[in-house]
Amino acid sequence: MATHRRASARLVASFLAAGLAGSVLAACGTSSADGGTQEAQVSAEGVDDGAELTLWTRAPLEQQANLLVEAYNASHENQVELTVVPNDDYVAKVGAAAGSGGLPDLFAADIVYVPNWVQQGLFADVTDAIAELDHADQINQGHLAGGTLDGRQHVLPFVLDVSVMFYNKDLYEQAGLDPEQGPTTLAEFSEQAKAVDELGGDVNGTYFGGNCGGCLVFTWFPQIWAAGEDVMNEDGTESLLAGDTAQEVYGVWKDLVDSDAVGEGSKEETGATWTGPFLEGEVGVMPFPATMLATADEALGEVGVAPIPGPDGGASTFVGGDGIGISKDSENADQAWNFMSWLMSEEAQVEVLAKNGDVVSRGDLAENEYSSKDPRVLAVNEVAAQGRTPLAINFQQAFNAPGSPWMTMIRNEVFGEGGTVEPDNEEITAVLGQ
Amino acid sequence: MPVTPSASPPTRPAVVAVARRRALHGWAYAAPTALLVVGLFVLPVLLVGQMSLSDWPLLAGNQGLNAPENYVDAVTHRFFWDSVVFTLKYTLIATVLLIGLGLGLALLVQESSRWSAVLRTSILVPSALGLASASLLFYALYSPQVGPLSPLLQRLGLADGPVSFLGTPDSALWSTVFLVVWRFAGFYMLLLMVGLQGIPHEVIEAARMDGANRWQSFLHVTLPLLRPSLALCTVLCVTGSLLAFDQFYILTKGGPDNSTLTVVQLIYNVAFQGQNDLGIAAALSIVVLVVLVVVNVAQMRAMRAGQED
Repeated sequence: MATHRRASARLVASFLAAGLAGSVLAACGTSSADGGTQEAQVSAEGVDDGAELTLWTRAPLEQQANLLVEAYNASHENQVELTVVPNDDYVAKVGAAAGSGGLPDLFAADIVYVPNWVQQGLFADVTDAIAELDHADQINQGHLAGGTLDGRQHVLPFVLDVSVMFYNKDLYEQAGLDPEQGPTTLAEFSEQAKAVDELGGDVNGTYFGGNCGGCLVFTWFPQIWAAGEDVMNEDGTESLLAGDTAQEVYGVWKDLVDSDAVGEGSKEETGATWTGPFLEGEVGVMPFPATMLATADEALGEVGVAPIPGPDGGASTFVGGDGIGISKDSENADQAWNFMSWLMSEEAQVEVLAKNGDVVSRGDLAENEYSSKDPRVLAVNEVAAQGRTPLAINFQQAFNAPGSPWMTMIRNEVFGEGGTVEPDNEEITAVLGQ
Repeated sequence: MPVTPSASPPTRPAVVAVARRRALHGWAYAAPTALLVVGLFVLPVLLVGQMSLSDWPLLAGNQGLNAPENYVDAVTHRFFWDSVVFTLKYTLIATVLLIGLGLGLALLVQESSRWSAVLRTSILVPSALGLASASLLFYALYSPQVGPLSPLLQRLGLADGPVSFLGTPDSALWSTVFLVVWRFAGFYMLLLMVGLQGIPHEVIEAARMDGANRWQSFLHVTLPLLRPSLALCTVLCVTGSLLAFDQFYILTKGGPDNSTLTVVQLIYNVAFQGQNDLGIAAALSIVVLVVLVVVNVAQMRAMRAGQED
């Protein structure tokens, strides 16, 4: 309730502020959109003078965002107020705010949407400020590339989320599998899932978001990358998802569906509860977001972690999560940069993120006092270095949107008759190229 | 005959003044409503109208005139006709079931028997629940992982394997229809019950004296006298069903495979889920608005024609 009231009070305040600012800005025309904010930001630290900053993020990263904001507020004059928006409503909320000039000072965005949002001019240019950072060359390249337009950078990684195989060690033991050895190829993954499925009862071999484009992108693309193949061309305008490796991957999953080793509801799973069955201990092995490691350990005791393999081995991951930038509407760009620059510090990366079992955004911090305690975290950090972030302007429409052509293709291949992979792939290309 | 001015009948200017004061009063009374209508309906509709004629991406704002491309894109959208057909199908099913069931229930509980109060309350209780909350409740009930309905059906021997309530296009439609009937049947029962109680007892008595049996008196006396209530229910139900959104958004998200995509959901998807084009979404909204106005005018006409008979 309290947060609700605060949020609405802030809404009123921001309306007033927007109204007041409107008359001032009117004189400057629209130049504030991109270039207006960068001048004073060249100091690496930004300004810490007790400003009130607003920050929006989406619900899946709530835990990490809360920890980061708490730590920042405790050690700085500036105070960040965090607003967490349900995942499905986030684009709508940002869109409405962008149209009315009411964006918060800072906001995070699913990294796959970042290229589009940067192109639309929602983020301020922070290229010069990033160059001032001590460890600029160690920051995750996938996220930086996502926020780069015409050589200008707009976004830093906020929270990295990579996909890895999680497996339930208890169920592995019960099924007579080695609880210390996860799958190293998709064939092994399939065998192990089927072995666990044999246990019967409420237990299923594996599970996936069969009606959730975003889940499938996050968990299935790495299986193709692990074999050294691409999912799109470099510009993100052509889909390569009809290749041999891709078809092999679909085949593995179709076989699992046909042999009933997949949990009930996979076919309808829209993403709202796709991590639920595993956390309830009803699933043997599945590709999972690494940010859930702490949560999963809490629910199940120690879970097993392995990189996502390709059909014949290899390993890769989807470096997802959120990038963060200063909004075009921010009046406190220097103060906002102070938060972003702190975010890249060892204090934030190690003492907040790594301590929570999360992946760090800086390569030089991958080995730290927390990750060395837990070989699983170290493994996640290592696989993150081999991971990729697919970039395309029309990513949302082609892959994440409900009823996207990618959804159509997967459902045809895995639940349907199959055999339409070529035309379905062309449909994806058509949307990507719009 | 000399008269003092005070006793004279009101002079012409005085009449005008009174009339003007009355008119002012009238405007004062009507003003709050008028302001609300202008502020919350007319202005938004005008804005949507402007959007529908402009190139208006969600994130970038108004990019200038784009008529009539938005309307062309709207009606040639790859899911437009599918969603229209599905919405009409859903409206037909929901209206027939809700009005039929509502009428049946109203007839059942109108006599004050021992159980009717309990029955009335239990049928009406779901109406107290918001549609979104009810949808979430059914999402859990239908859930293949935690829902109790599928195991229950299996234990009762009504189903062989696990039941997938939202897994196929037909089951998703009927599962949603079931939710809507559960949620709204009580509401329509209440409306029709009020209508039934407005029918004077004497008319039915008279029909019975004339030798009409129950069925005949229902068909030739109750039903015609119930016409205004039925018309009201139909207008509400058709309009509500054509605008269906919450239940499908929560239960199916338009799936599986876009088979339960309603027009309003399509508008939402175009605006916020991928295409992010407010111009096309606004064009679709205007199309829906026009259709609804036409449908409602037709229904009101039909209702009035019925009363004149």
